[in-house]
Amino acid sequence: MRVLAAMSGGVDSSVAAARMVDAGHEVVGVHLALSSTPLSHREGARGCCSLEDARDARRAADVLGIPFYVWDVAERFRRDVIEDFVSEYAQGRTPNPCLRCNERIKFAAVLDRALALGFDAVCTGHYARILEGPDGPELHRAVDPAKDQSYVLGVLNRTQLEHALFPLGESLKTEVRAEAAARGLAVATKPDSHDICFIPDGDTVGFLRSRLGDAPGDIVDSSGRRLGSHEGTYGFTIGQRRGLRIGMPAPDGRPRYVLDISPVTRTVTVGTAEELAVAGLTGIRPIWCGTPPSGPIECSVQFRAHGIAAPAVIEVSDDEVEVEFRGPVHGVAPGQAAVFYSGTRVLGSATIARTRRITPRSTTAC
Amino acid sequence: MTYLDHAATTPMLPEAIEAMTALLPVVGNPSSLHAAGRAARRVVEESRETIAEAIGARPGDILFTSGGTESDNLAVKGIFWARRAADPRRRRILVGAAEHHAVLDTVTWLAAQEGAEPVFLEVDPVGRVHADTVRKAIAESPETVALVSVMWANNEVGTISPISDIAEVCREFGVPLHCDAVQAVGQIPVDFAASGVDALTFTGHKLGGPLGVGALVVRRDVAVTPVLHGGGQERDIRSGTLDTPAIAGFAAAVRIAVARQPEQAHHLRRLRDRIIAGVRARIPDSILGGDPDGGVDRRLPGNAHFLFPGCEGDAVLMLLDAQGIACSTGSACTAGVARPSHVLLAMGFDEETARSSVRFSLGHTSTAEDVDRLLAVLPGVVERARRAGLLAAARR
Repeated sequence: MRVLAAMSGGVDSSVAAARMVDAGHEVVGVHLALSSTPLSHREGARGCCSLEDARDARRAADVLGIPFYVWDVAERFRRDVIEDFVSEYAQGRTPNPCLRCNERIKFAAVLDRALALGFDAVCTGHYARILEGPDGPELHRAVDPAKDQSYVLGVLNRTQLEHALFPLGESLKTEVRAEAAARGLAVATKPDSHDICFIPDGDTVGFLRSRLGDAPGDIVDSSGRRLGSHEGTYGFTIGQRRGLRIGMPAPDGRPRYVLDISPVTRTVTVGTAEELAVAGLTGIRPIWCGTPPSGPIECSVQFRAHGIAAPAVIEVSDDEVEVEFRGPVHGVAPGQAAVFYSGTRVLGSATIARTRRITPRSTTAC
Repeated sequence: MTYLDHAATTPMLPEAIEAMTALLPVVGNPSSLHAAGRAARRVVEESRETIAEAIGARPGDILFTSGGTESDNLAVKGIFWARRAADPRRRRILVGAAEHHAVLDTVTWLAAQEGAEPVFLEVDPVGRVHADTVRKAIAESPETVALVSVMWANNEVGTISPISDIAEVCREFGVPLHCDAVQAVGQIPVDFAASGVDALTFTGHKLGGPLGVGALVVRRDVAVTPVLHGGGQERDIRSGTLDTPAIAGFAAAVRIAVARQPEQAHHLRRLRDRIIAGVRARIPDSILGGDPDGGVDRRLPGNAHFLFPGCEGDAVLMLLDAQGIACSTGSACTAGVARPSHVLLAMGFDEETARSSVRFSLGHTSTAEDVDRLLAVLPGVVERARRAGLLAAARR
């Protein structure tokens, strides 16, 4: 096969590319330039879009003896990922830019171009497995639970999976690092990237403030009593507990969480863990890996990149997915993706539009 | 490999390799006073004389540098600073809009840091700066001009500008002219004294010499403030221990390239015209970038530059690379990222068309087989790149 290896300059994508070479494929390394002003992104060694990362990727390709190019997807990335991220926060939602990047950039713009240019598949360093099922390829969780990235790949449909390769899905991160060292790849000891790649200093709120400006408002409790103030609703995520800066303690001394974000009235509502609890949610824009499930089905639903998967029953109707959790869950925020699992297998995903609280006050709609 | 990127760098001539490698084991700093130093100094001065003779300069005009970028920086910054020091009104730098980044970015830096006022001289649709454009720009206020910088031949589209005419205009107003001739020396006739240019940049690796060595030719009566400070080795204008072996290799290459220039230009022009005719016949909607008149004073003999609307140049490059054919998209890179070329934008192309550019450049090792190979492969490659491009456009 002719394989395009997306190489971020990190240890994972380097080893993934190396394994494709070993498997006898004709591999070409491509670094995706996500910024038109690369220096403004990250000068350290933990991202996926600095000049330093491009150089690391190039050096890894040299060691593997494969051709290497840089593809400029900066404009596409700006529009489909960064602007989307800002606009979602502006509307009080909590987006996941990595998921968006996989959906719109890596397995759309890049995959399309690769196929048109004569490649058969795109390979990345994601920790996830593609297993052959009765109806075609299935996406499954990685063997390494600490590194599993199937959540951010839940947006891929079957056609995209047919052309995707994740050579690290069966491996532990420690094995991948050891393998990188054994192969003489200089990135073997490079730290993992954790932050959002286009916010190099990790200050997401500062980034959003620079884009959206100050928009001060009140922090209130669920009875409407004013508890404090904030500089912009974009600084908050539903379920957030830290950094609320409410002067007075709760009467019962128990922790308070963000329950609601209303950018229109610039109001952030906080309350107790009980008030936060959610019984179900409605997802929109569903994407299925294969034929959409019919009738109510049992599955588990993950709604954060590193969160737990909660048992639930889902029912698909038209363009929506109704999710009824088996028990109360906390910290579900509109804008996040709900990824549906059956065992280790990813069935599909949907974007969370609304949640249904257990405490009566509330449908949170944004 | 079919190497069609000689404008990026061209293989070293065997004579240059020999001259250079013979000196690698020999000790001696040309600035030292003992016998070993004198021997090295002799090589440097003989090389200087060789180069001076080849390009119509006096030996004392030649400053050795590390290459084209340093020479451009030294000329533009050095002449700007010296001219402004002599008369603080001189802040304007008149510069061709399609210059190499080594000139353009230097001017931009001087504007940001040193209060220079850049004036970008318009180029015509083939990329040529006209003497009238220079005249008009100077005449607006001649007393405020620090210098003019216009390239002899454009590195992307190969267009040759009328440097002697431009020099005459500058001379008339008493304004110094710097000329980046990196692509010109060895490709077309270049005579420093006859051209009337005050400072001329060229470099070794574009004409069969080693990488990392070049020259700035500056008339003795033009003041240049140093950029690199130190031992003052080159007329107190450029410091740094001279690289004797590289300079010897450089001189050998200049001597041979200039001596063979007429014959080689004839050979390359024939190959180039076959590429142009072949591409036009096989890919009818391709656009030739630069001057369609391939005359000796119009277009570099080894340059064939095309736009393939609907394609992205870097896709064409990658597909040709996979077939063992080396070319360029023609634009400068940061971390290998293709940006639409400022040269093509200055010539009036829109961004999308500018991104479809591919440059084939011929040199002393080029053969008719190279051309045949390219013409056999290119139509299929462009077709495939176009499908990828259309898909991208549809998704937009």
